[in-house]
Amino acid sequence: MSDVMIRVENLGKTFTLHNQGGVAMEVLRGVEFEVRAGECLVLNGPSGAGKSTLLRSLYANYRLQRGRVWIRHRGALLDLAGAEPRRVLEVRRETIGYVSQFLRAVPRVPAVDVVAEPLRLRGEMAAVARRKAAALLERLNISARLMELAPSTFSGGEQQRVNIARGFLPGYPVLLLDEPTASLDATNRAVVIRLIEEAKAGGAAVVGIFHDAEVREAVATAVHDMTAAAPAAA
Amino acid sequence: MTNETEQPLLRAVGVSHWYGGTLGCRDVDLDLHAGEVLGIVGESGSGKSTLLACLSARLRPAAGRVLYRTRHQGTVDIYGLGEAERRLLMRTDWGIVHQNPRDGLRLAVSAGGNVGERLMAVGARHYGRIRETARAWLERVEIDAGRIDDRPDTFSGGMQQRLQIARNLVTQPRLVFMDEPTGGLDVSVQARLLDLLRGLVADLGLAAVVVTHDLAVTRLLAHRLLVMRRGEVVESGLTDQVLDDPQHPYTQLLVSSVLQP
Amino acid sequence: MTMRGMDGSTAGAPLEGYNFAYLDEQTKRMIRRAILKAVAIPGHQVPFGGREMPLPYGWGTGGIQVTASVIGPDDVLKVIDQGSDDTTNAVNIRRFLARTTGVATTGRTAEATLIQTRHRIPERPLREDQILVYQVPIPEPLRFMEPREPETRRMHALADYGVMHVKLYEDIARCGRISTAYNYPVLVNGRYVMAPSPIPKFDNPKMDRMPALQLFGAGREKRIYAVPPHTEVKSLDFEDHPFEVQRWDACCALCGAGDSFLDEVVVDDRGGRMFVCSDSDHCRERRDAGHRGPEPEAVGQVQEI
Repeated sequence: MSDVMIRVENLGKTFTLHNQGGVAMEVLRGVEFEVRAGECLVLNGPSGAGKSTLLRSLYANYRLQRGRVWIRHRGALLDLAGAEPRRVLEVRRETIGYVSQFLRAVPRVPAVDVVAEPLRLRGEMAAVARRKAAALLERLNISARLMELAPSTFSGGEQQRVNIARGFLPGYPVLLLDEPTASLDATNRAVVIRLIEEAKAGGAAVVGIFHDAEVREAVATAVHDMTAAAPAAA
Repeated sequence: MTNETEQPLLRAVGVSHWYGGTLGCRDVDLDLHAGEVLGIVGESGSGKSTLLACLSARLRPAAGRVLYRTRHQGTVDIYGLGEAERRLLMRTDWGIVHQNPRDGLRLAVSAGGNVGERLMAVGARHYGRIRETARAWLERVEIDAGRIDDRPDTFSGGMQQRLQIARNLVTQPRLVFMDEPTGGLDVSVQARLLDLLRGLVADLGLAAVVVTHDLAVTRLLAHRLLVMRRGEVVESGLTDQVLDDPQHPYTQLLVSSVLQP
Repeated sequence: MTMRGMDGSTAGAPLEGYNFAYLDEQTKRMIRRAILKAVAIPGHQVPFGGREMPLPYGWGTGGIQVTASVIGPDDVLKVIDQGSDDTTNAVNIRRFLARTTGVATTGRTAEATLIQTRHRIPERPLREDQILVYQVPIPEPLRFMEPREPETRRMHALADYGVMHVKLYEDIARCGRISTAYNYPVLVNGRYVMAPSPIPKFDNPKMDRMPALQLFGAGREKRIYAVPPHTEVKSLDFEDHPFEVQRWDACCALCGAGDSFLDEVVVDDRGGRMFVCSDSDHCRERRDAGHRGPEPEAVGQVQEI
């Protein structure tokens, strides 16, 4: 049996809205699962069930009140929820990729460099990183002319593909995907499905949210039902 | 990763300062590692500029210590150094980018002279080489090298700010302090400057402390954030954690008060 | 030179009603203490309690107070301005000091024990038994780059002198060479950067290891500094733009000297001009020794102008 890449233990997340009368909103409670290398766990549940919140918690973007998020990093499981900030950055640089729903465009930086940046942060030569980025963008049907422009003017679908390329290019062993196909046409959806399959075949552990049943069925090896994780708002 | 780089480059321990009876900052602890960019945010009067001045050897705190790991002499208390050693440190290992370029540039001296000054201060005595280095740095900060002999008071605000950056980086410092580096610039000019800073910080492996009230700036530039209020640090964490999942009431207010941080 | 002067009644016939050399003894003592300190820290500016003198600032009040504090009845005084003993400034200062001390005066560099100068160092090498007093308008060499006085003092204290080379850099960037021609900054004894007063840079090499004591007085800013005998004085420069002195294609029209500092003199209203020694005593000395330039008969003409 292959290695456990992600193990979530008793995860709980509550938002306290101090400026709205101190309302406490418990979004996640007692979440537990494991994902092994080559598996794709699909988070399933209605809107508001906390799927994105869970994904962000796995990336340590959200800070947890309870529980542990073990990630296999440099060969050993590390609790990301309790790791110091430098360690979290290191894990994000080397181990976890996260494709969010929306691209956070950096002004003035061409799309190809946005995609190449994670490779550059790992010390890859600029020219090599750019070449790899361009090849992946081409697969996602971003033209060579377009990829030299800053993505802030791109359409929603184009931005999403830039975002996907940025997340997939480094070949992270752990991939978190938040609706990566939401605004894509059938052709590009198929490309993304292939990319996910390739990542799985390469030993990556994937956790994803997919609205699209076709995609979900194509990539899922397991489904985590989120209706149970969302307690009634306190 | 060696043990050496595990040691923080800069460490503040219990740094507090008062102006008479008025609190500047209280009990601030922080660590900054090589290559790390720390943002300090908070409203005007929150004590962030006081803290920056204390960290950058310009204001001796009333209490607490500021420790710096030097290249050759181990970790030193910067306020325990003699003035001469401190100045040498400030012009070789450190850089300070002021909000107002007029505070950080010599406006009556050409762009080349501004960039070359630090080199001359540490003993460079070959005009041709100083000039070549200055020219290379001007290009690096996207200033036309043909303007090397022009005075900075003929430059736009954005160019002045980039010149200030070149002037600081020419001695290849390890640590740069920036006080509202994009303050007072047009949005498009800000974007260019931020992009440049991002590139330089990554390429040179610079550590930086950036004080700003602009959360968007920290999103692009800083790895970690400290949120200050009334002289105290109320929250800290990775930049995206603090901005996307603020915990402290004040941080929540700050984040919810801006349009799309 | 003697340092007498307590009784002020010896040589010559000084003016009645004034103390020897005008200044009272307490003031002279205070200034001498400042001078001693200045000599002990070559190139370092020492503040002193400057007195009101009976001539305006800018006319040499600092130099006069230094001279008045070191002069003794046996001294032989020479006062020059731009190399000449006969300009208004030189004549007035010489007359003032002669009247208040009764000392002998001279135009000859070789005979003088005490020389007060503005803007030149005599061409004839000075000796150990001579003192050269400079009149200084602006004593702070860093001021051009850094106007804040507390900061310039700190920079001196820390030998933080990078800005001086910035100034020279600017010269080269603008003119292709170091264009500073007078008051050219020097490093004294490897430690303090010093303004040599507005002498031409031609004279800078004469300061280096000069056998005579060099004293500098700034009256308006009340600063004294000094270069003791045989002290190293180095003009700042760059490796690829080394310090150089002015050169002329001409020689002195009167005495033929090719190695002295020359003034260009207009001799008529038709654009006629010639170059003559700026140091008039040096020129006369050479002519007395039989040296002749291309237009030796123009002496009278030059002196009229």
